Amino acid sequence: MHVLPYLVGAYLFLTGCYGLATSRNLIHAVGCLAVCQSATYVLLLAVGYRDGATAPVFSDLKPGSRPVVDPVVQALTLTDIVVGATVTALLLALVLQIAKRHGTVDPDELRELRG
Amino acid sequence: MHHLIPLLVAVPLFGAALLVATGRHLPRIAAEITGFVFSGGTAALALVLLLNSSPPMTEWAGGWLPVAGESVGIVVVGDGPALGMAALASLLTLAALAYSWRYFDEPPRDRTGSFTALMLVFQGAMCGFAVAGDLFNAFVFFELMSVVAYALTGYRIDEAKAVQGALAFGIVNSLGAYAMLTGIALLYARTGELAMAKIGHGLDVAAGQDGPDALVLASFVLVLTGLLVKAAAVPFHFWLPDAHAVAPTPVCMLLSGVMVELGAYGAWRVYGTVFAGPGGIPAADLTRALVALGILTAVTGAVMCWYQRHIKRLLACSTVAHTGLFLVGLGVLTPEGDAGIALYLLGHAGVKAALFACAGVLLDRFGSVDEHALHGRAQGQLRATAVMFAVGALGLAGLPPFGTALGKSLTEEAVGGPLTVVYVAASAITAGAVLRVTARVFLGLGPRPEDAEYETSGSGEEPETSGPLRRIPDTMTTVPAVLLAAALAVGVIPGFGALVARSVDEAGSGGVHAPAHWTLPGVLLGVASTVLAAALAGLAVTRLGWVAAPGWATPLRRLQSGHVGDYVAWLLVGATLLGALALPGILGS
Repeated sequence: MHVLPYLVGAYLFLTGCYGLATSRNLIHAVGCLAVCQSATYVLLLAVGYRDGATAPVFSDLKPGSRPVVDPVVQALTLTDIVVGATVTALLLALVLQIAKRHGTVDPDELRELRG
Repeated sequence: MHHLIPLLVAVPLFGAALLVATGRHLPRIAAEITGFVFSGGTAALALVLLLNSSPPMTEWAGGWLPVAGESVGIVVVGDGPALGMAALASLLTLAALAYSWRYFDEPPRDRTGSFTALMLVFQGAMCGFAVAGDLFNAFVFFELMSVVAYALTGYRIDEAKAVQGALAFGIVNSLGAYAMLTGIALLYARTGELAMAKIGHGLDVAAGQDGPDALVLASFVLVLTGLLVKAAAVPFHFWLPDAHAVAPTPVCMLLSGVMVELGAYGAWRVYGTVFAGPGGIPAADLTRALVALGILTAVTGAVMCWYQRHIKRLLACSTVAHTGLFLVGLGVLTPEGDAGIALYLLGHAGVKAALFACAGVLLDRFGSVDEHALHGRAQGQLRATAVMFAVGALGLAGLPPFGTALGKSLTEEAVGGPLTVVYVAASAITAGAVLRVTARVFLGLGPRPEDAEYETSGSGEEPETSGPLRRIPDTMTTVPAVLLAAALAVGVIPGFGALVARSVDEAGSGGVHAPAHWTLPGVLLGVASTVLAAALAGLAVTRLGWVAAPGWATPLRRLQSGHVGDYVAWLLVGATLLGALALPGILGS
């Protein structure tokens, strides 16, 4: 087991969270959320990795002839990417609307909902 | 029968696709009837399945049955709690669709049916989450449910507050979902399984004699973080008042009535199936974590609720307080607690949705949901709404024979001792706040309060109907009446409580049946919280000093800053807290 991909995953997640917490621009914040999500891609792919294995595509490969990486996590990652694209698109649309209605995308200046 | 379970997801999604494809060519009435047919059909299916849910059913979607114990298929479970939540979500969606029949008077010209389509997707996603038997599908439906909820919250995109609330909701919930997915990936790395029951078994096998290790703790904390963000447990709750205050009223009915509760249901399901074994998290640690967070949630929610003047925000904070009570009841891990919470949740869904529906009537009539601005405005009119608002407050307090009272009394017996005080106090304070609003707005009692410095007022809300409707449509008063009657029926119908208890315990505690009937202490405690609520409301109306926030409550209100960065920071604090609360069991093993 290689430790590096797991460290990269944790680093990406925490960096994204740091960016979200300190963001001064909502577009930047939505980007940070995507960074957090990319941590899950890295983690999922790292979980399925096997030394010396190849891609789980059997068109030019006899099943069982050599090890392949886990296809389940790859399917999960693909689903995750679709989910992420939907969320990012919707959130960016909301940011656009916030910019129109509030005249700013700085979360420090959005103080209508509080208390 | 079990082959029909996936239809709970497929039918509403198909209806939504149909509406999106043909909606712009349909007259409004046809689009709404289509929505009713698909939503109602799903609700009927969920009820039929629910009646046949003993013994619990399992379905491998598409016939991908396990071969020699190994499976790659998608498993859905059809036991009492799963189908019960699906039925509750479906019936509430139907109620919300009926309520919105004349609510959005003029939908945008080329978007006829888009609201109905979104509601159907929401219904399908909630049903899918309820019946999901594997963790990854639970995540997918969790995200689908969230994304539709963001879109519905920001449905009125021209309103400044709505888009702001929807964005905070979106970012915090998505981050919680990604934490959940990280936890799922760790569990898959350990066990190579995604089906919940198989992960639980895999953890026990992997742990052997050694008990749980750091990876199990990390995955537990990450999965629970996602679910508790949805359940709005303190300190993950900040998104909820912001989102519920700005969402259209029919959407609020669903968000507060069932979506938040699905988070608590998910925590119950995941702990019971995945982490309850010897390789998971010891029961004492789960109890410590959920009871501590639950008490914190109930107290914070009740205090925040008391100091709101924005009526929808007030109701949203009361939802926070009540989910805290649900988490405490689930956290003690007894069959009695589970059964009590199931009944409490059913009663609460009816009462809370009805209260939101009444707030929607106020918003339509007066273009405001501000307690101060509306002071005495509804006096002498809207009698039916006034009565329903007061009755809803009594239901919230847990006055027998409401379903909330039956559930609360069972749970109080299960948790026992000092925790009973939390139940009585939280339900009395939230109900007292609602009664105070009733007295001020509908009866015009007491002097008009002065404005405070740090708060969200309910004035300046965009009306959701184009100008006040000529008269309140019958659906807008019938729906809350039916919902209140349903909440009452949960407690009144003989044998219903025992049926729910048996069904929950069959799925949860492996056959230990808890009795579910009224007891004298339970009834007395229910009456006590109602009396306390009335006394609090009376004091608040006559002695204005009691509602002006004292110094110690101001910091708590300042935490609710409306700043999405703060909410994310609190999410990280909450995850750390959860880890610290569950840590002793890992160290000890």
